[in-house]
Amino acid sequence: MSGDSVKTMNMIEAINSALDVMLGKDPDVVIMGEDVGYFGGVFRATAGLQKKHGKTRVFDTPISECGIIGVGVGMAAYGLRPVPEIQFADYIYPGLDQLVSEAARMRYRSANDFICPMTVRSPFGGGIFGGQTHSQSPESLFTHVCGIKTVIPATPYDAKGLLIAAIEDNDPVVFFEPKRIYNGPFTGYYDRPVEPWSKHDGSAVPEGYYRIDLGKASIVREGQAVTVLTYGTMVHVVKAVVAEHGIDAEIIDLRTLLPLDIDTIEASVKKTSRCMVVHEATRTSGFGAELSAQVQERCFYHLEAPVERVTGFDTPYPHSLEWAYFPGPVRLARAFDKIMKD
Amino acid sequence: MGQYKRDNLAPLQLHVPEPKFRPGDKADFSDIVIPEVDAIPRPDEHAAPADIHGLAYGLVRVMGDDAKASGSWNPGLSAETLRLMLRKMLTLRAFDDRMFRAQRQGKTSFYMKSYGEEATSVATTMALHRDDMCFPSYRQQGILITRDYPLVDMMNQIYSNRGDRLKGRQLPIMYSAKDYGFFSISGNLTTQYPQAVGWAMASASRADTRIAAVWCGDGSTAEGDFHSAMTFAAVYNAPVIFQVVNNQWAISSFSGFAGSERTTFAARAIGYGIAGLRVDGNDALAVYAAMQWAANRARTNNGPTLIEYFTYRGEGHSTSDDPSAYRAAEEYALWPLGDPVERLKAHLIALDEWSDAQHEALVAELSDEVKAKQKEAEQNGILGHGLHHPFETMFEDVFEEMPAHLKEQCAQMLEEQRDKFGPEWEAR
Repeated sequence: MSGDSVKTMNMIEAINSALDVMLGKDPDVVIMGEDVGYFGGVFRATAGLQKKHGKTRVFDTPISECGIIGVGVGMAAYGLRPVPEIQFADYIYPGLDQLVSEAARMRYRSANDFICPMTVRSPFGGGIFGGQTHSQSPESLFTHVCGIKTVIPATPYDAKGLLIAAIEDNDPVVFFEPKRIYNGPFTGYYDRPVEPWSKHDGSAVPEGYYRIDLGKASIVREGQAVTVLTYGTMVHVVKAVVAEHGIDAEIIDLRTLLPLDIDTIEASVKKTSRCMVVHEATRTSGFGAELSAQVQERCFYHLEAPVERVTGFDTPYPHSLEWAYFPGPVRLARAFDKIMKD
Repeated sequence: MGQYKRDNLAPLQLHVPEPKFRPGDKADFSDIVIPEVDAIPRPDEHAAPADIHGLAYGLVRVMGDDAKASGSWNPGLSAETLRLMLRKMLTLRAFDDRMFRAQRQGKTSFYMKSYGEEATSVATTMALHRDDMCFPSYRQQGILITRDYPLVDMMNQIYSNRGDRLKGRQLPIMYSAKDYGFFSISGNLTTQYPQAVGWAMASASRADTRIAAVWCGDGSTAEGDFHSAMTFAAVYNAPVIFQVVNNQWAISSFSGFAGSERTTFAARAIGYGIAGLRVDGNDALAVYAAMQWAANRARTNNGPTLIEYFTYRGEGHSTSDDPSAYRAAEEYALWPLGDPVERLKAHLIALDEWSDAQHEALVAELSDEVKAKQKEAEQNGILGHGLHHPFETMFEDVFEEMPAHLKEQCAQMLEEQRDKFGPEWEAR
């Protein structure tokens, strides 16, 4: 059966495959967003899907994020399983009221009378000279909202399996796709050529249906000296820096920020006694603050150094000074030096 | 803050709307234009929106000053249907009175009446099919009453007691009743607008036959969701009926703060290319007729309609509001379109199908019925008197399955209750 065959895919192809599989599997799945229909999406994530599945399943929308998400909530209330796309995470804010006040609370406020099995996909993150409004990482705005699950993949294989699980989940999910690694695992060494996904393990993707359960982290590198908690593009940046400097780090790709796989985190930090949290998003009140607090609460007597946070700076995302802003190899190396000395 | 002046131009002026009457003023509504019955006859339900712009500026009316029904909009309802409509409106009024009083007695925290607007929920619902989905705001409790939702369940919700279907999680009157085609009410205004469009789009995409109807107030039309909903409905020709209950007031702000000084709310439809009707909201027959027209359009793939019900909020915004602080005292008594219940009663009497004596008897009967239901509901508890859902239900339904961090927090809360009430508290 062709569904069992494995193909080399980049992250865009893996996401496209997940959507294609779910459109074929479940007649309630509907995809909509700006430019997602005929054109196939500005990043090609929905290429070919309208032609294959029809205009009532995959369609273009007006340029209105509050409309896209609000309409999605109504479709979900009817019984569909909408998968709206917000073209850039930087543009999700007009839809925030519908996500925070409506989608997230529908099940709770109606005591299960109405639910919202909706998955909002959105490209996020920087490293592409996207400037202020094509680079943001607003995940902590969503992890702070009770009732929403927040998922961020770091490989094509995970992207497909997690997206399928998100679409099948009966709760609203915000699915952030790190656009910097759509085509290859960016290492943060912006002056070196980017390898394509085909040279990476995570690009072997089954063509058919499979899922990766939400709420489960992945240990991408085992180590003894320090635990690094990260997700998205930064998984690859951390891996490269760790290899370059020969650090025996245990790298955990969280994959789902909420619900958080705290057991995996706790076990790792208790083993290594050191913990570093890494994300592109700005520092203050970022998701790293939550990770740091939880590690401190649960692993206090095991810690040999303060929990270190390596993040973007507390400024809007700049254009020309992107590589001074991005938490790249130099910032990471300094942080490793510091945490290992303590 | 510099001022930039050119000698040859008069200074600019900022216009801040002001209602005509404030406390202490004598209201005078003589400038409100009330067209004749049938001033614009009922168009065909397939009419192109561009051909019926006049209806967005007119006022659909069926009952004249003599309380008789006439004209092309007359829905021709049977006396039996009219009596049922009157009964539902009176039930709503009796319910509102009891629950308002219950709040004043400290049995619950909050209530909102729909006094003067009863036709806009009761008559509209009667013109819909039972399985059409309603997306109400907080002032359409008449939908539930019209669809025979148990009054005791409404009261249980208001009391947040152990019988509350929403488990005490929601502010009173934020009902949810999927089985009755009544969408979960949100405190966030007009969010239900694009949701109704999405529901209608889903229905159309599944080749269903059900349609969606959505309500908001005049003030809430200023929300961005109103615009996005109208745009999406027009783009996808969604089978949805938009309704604006223009009761002149958004808490203390008169409708001028939503733009009514320049145009009607129904006229907003014109810019989106959808049908717009302005209707006498206190004429239950006109309200019914407008909804029936719009529902027929939606059902035959002729697309969405926006209906403005021109009415008046007879009482305060809520139990937390005192309207005498911002508007003239006699406004409702002087309102030129009268009272919807009194007008329907007069109509039935004019038909020789009703009498003052029958009316009085019905009011008394409904008052007794609501009182009896109230007693029944209070058996399940009133707010703050201990008869509520189990504590742990606070953590349920945030997600389909309770994640680990919520289980942890739930255990903490239960420990706190033990500290507070002693080791035997669970047996209470």
